Amino acid sequence: MNYFVNEKGYFGDFGGAYIPEMLYPNVEELRQNYLKIIGDESFQKEFHQLLKDYVGRPSPLYLAKRLSQKYNANIFLKREDLNHTGAHKINNTIGQILLAERLGKKRIIAETGAGQHGVATATVCALRGLECVVYMGEIDIQRQAPNVARMKMLGAKVVPATSGSKTLKDATNEAMRDWINNPIDTHYIIGSVVGPHPYPDMVAIFQSIISEETKKQLIEQTGNDQPDYVLACVGGGSNAMGMFYHFIDDEKVKLIAVEAGGRGVDTGFSAATTFLGKEGVLHGSRSILMQTEDGQVVEPHSVSAGLDYPGIGPQHAHLFKTGRGEYVSITDDEALQAGLLLTQMEGIIPAIESAHALAYLEKMSFKGGENVVVCLSGRGDKDMDTYMKYFNL
Amino acid sequence: MSRIKELFQTKKNILSIYYTAGYPGLNDTVQIAETLEQSGADLLEIGFPYSDPVADGPTIQASSKQSLDQGMTLKLLFEQLKDLRKKVSIPVLLMGYVNPVLQFGVENFCKACVEVGVDGCIVPDLPMAEYEALYQGIFEGNGLSNIFLVTPQTSTERIHKIDGLSNGFIYLLSSSATTGQNLQVSEGTESYFSRIADMKLKNPTMIGFGIDSKETFDKACEYANGAIIGSAFVKALDANDLNGSVKTFMQKFKG
Ligand SMILES: Cc1ncc(COP(=O)(O)O)c(C=O)c1O
Repeated sequence: MNYFVNEKGYFGDFGGAYIPEMLYPNVEELRQNYLKIIGDESFQKEFHQLLKDYVGRPSPLYLAKRLSQKYNANIFLKREDLNHTGAHKINNTIGQILLAERLGKKRIIAETGAGQHGVATATVCALRGLECVVYMGEIDIQRQAPNVARMKMLGAKVVPATSGSKTLKDATNEAMRDWINNPIDTHYIIGSVVGPHPYPDMVAIFQSIISEETKKQLIEQTGNDQPDYVLACVGGGSNAMGMFYHFIDDEKVKLIAVEAGGRGVDTGFSAATTFLGKEGVLHGSRSILMQTEDGQVVEPHSVSAGLDYPGIGPQHAHLFKTGRGEYVSITDDEALQAGLLLTQMEGIIPAIESAHALAYLEKMSFKGGENVVVCLSGRGDKDMDTYMKYFNL
Repeated sequence: MSRIKELFQTKKNILSIYYTAGYPGLNDTVQIAETLEQSGADLLEIGFPYSDPVADGPTIQASSKQSLDQGMTLKLLFEQLKDLRKKVSIPVLLMGYVNPVLQFGVENFCKACVEVGVDGCIVPDLPMAEYEALYQGIFEGNGLSNIFLVTPQTSTERIHKIDGLSNGFIYLLSSSATTGQNLQVSEGTESYFSRIADMKLKNPTMIGFGIDSKETFDKACEYANGAIIGSAFVKALDANDLNGSVKTFMQKFKG
C-alpha cells in the first residue's frame, strides 16, 4: 500500500487540487517547484540551520516518568512545545518562507485558528522582512487574545473573518480569497496538511522532522527506533502527520490520531471529522469533511481553537480509510482534565490541542514496557484563560 | 441545435445575468428568471448556494448565506425549476461549487439538469484535470455544456486546452479577483482581452466579474460576445418589489 502522494497529487482516493482557475497559476507554480526547491542543497542547509539555531531543534524526547508509572508504559513526550513560538507550527513556516523567497514572493498571507500558526507565520515574516497578513476567525480572536497581541507586535496585520462560524474554516476561506485577489506577488502559507496539492505533501515534509528526530532519539534512549504507538491530535493534521511520517511504512508501529470530540460526538457540538464526516471537497482537496446531506459544510465545535475544523488533510483521510491509522476522539472535558494532569504530574502545561492526544492514554491499556510517543504539539500559555475559567483557578 | 449554440449564432452583445437561487425569497428563483427574460436578458446563470464560496466576494457570500438559511438545497432547487421551461425560453446555466454536486451525485445532477431544461453548468472549483478524467463523459453524455473560467494569468497553452474541452462558451474573468469588484479596464486588461480575441478560439467568449454599468458592459462587448453581470444585479434585488427592482436594473442595460 502506498500511503504517500502519487504523481497526480492524490493519496489513494483523496487529495487533488479543486481550485478555481484564479488560483491555478499560483498552485501550479508551487507544484512544479516545491520538490526541486526543497531538495536543493542550499535550501536544506538554510532550513536545518534555522531549525537548529532559531527554533531550537532538535526538540527533546522526554520520558515522562510519573505518567509512565501511572499508565504502566514508557510514555515519551515529543516536546514541540519547547520550539520557538511554542508549537510545531514553526517547522512548517520556516520551510515555507524559504520557499516563498525562492519563488520571489514579497507578501505572505496565512489563516490561523489557535493563533499558533499565525504567530509562527508573523515570526518568520519578521525574521525575513516580508509583509504579513493573517486571517483569523472573529471568535478565535476573542478566545486567543495573547496570540493576537503577539502577531500585532511582530508586525502582522490581523484581519478578522466574520463569515460562517467565524473560526478556522472561515479564516481559510478569507485567505484563499486574498490569494485570488493577489495572484502575482503573494504566497499563502497554509498552516496544516490541508489545501490543494502540493500543500498536504509539502507541509507533511516540513513537519516530518518530528518523526525523523524521534527515531534517532528513541535509538539513543531505548536502543530501538520502533515505538509500539505514536499519538497525536488532529485539527487539519500537521503535527500528527509530522509525528507519523517516518513510521507510516513500518506497520508494526500503531498510529493513533486523536480528533476533537467537542461536547461529545453525538451532541451536535463536535469536530470529530472521521466520525461525523463524509467524503467531499473542502479548501481545495478531496478528503473527509463534516457536511449536510446537501454538501454544505457543517460548523464544528471544539474547546480548542486549533482543532475546531470540519475536515482533515487528505493523507489522514487515506490513513483512516485504509485502516493504517486509528482515528479516535476525545471530549472537551477529557482534554482539559488531561491538561491539568500533565501540569500537575510533570510540570508541563500543554496546549489544549495537545491535551487531546494525552487524554487518549487514559483509554488505552498497556501490558507494561510498551514504548509510546505522544506529540506534545504546543504549550498552554495561549490557553490559560480557558484553563482558569474551567478549573476556577 | 442547443439553446446556447443558437444564442451565440444569432446574437451579439449578449447580456447574461447571474443571481443566487432562493434569494431574496426562498421561492423567488423562477419568478426572477421570468422577469429577467421579459426585461431583455439573453442568458441566465442561477447560482446554487454553498456554505464556503471561496471565489465570491461579500455580496454573493451574503446572498448564498441567506438562501441557505432559508432552506435552499440542490434538491429543492430542482423542484423549483420543474416548470422552468413552461416559463423561460432563454438558455439557463447552473453555477455553484463542486461539493454539493458530489453529494447529489454527478450523474444524478446532470440528469436532473436535463430534466428541468438546464443547458449547462459552471463549477469554478472543478478543475480541468478532474473534469477530463472523471466527469466529461457524464456531462457530454447528457448533452450539458460545462463552462470554464480563464483569467489574465491563464497561459495561452492552457486557454487552448480549455477551448478544446469547452462546448458552450468560455468565461473570461476581467481580472483575477473574487466576484463583485469593479471592472477597471486598464491597458493590461485590454491587451489581455485582445490577446484572447486574436487567438481565434472555437468557442465564443463572455466577460464577467465586476461589470456593473452600461459603460463597463459596452466595453466588455468590444472584446467578447457579451458580458455577465452578477453582484451588481444581486445587490439591486429588492424583496419588497422584486419584479420592479429587476426591471429597473435591466433598463440601465437595455434602455
Ligand atoms: C498546539 C497545536 N496543536 C495542534 C494544532 C492542530 O493543527 P494540526 O492538526 O495541523 O497539527 C494546533 C493548531 O493551531 C496547535 O496550535
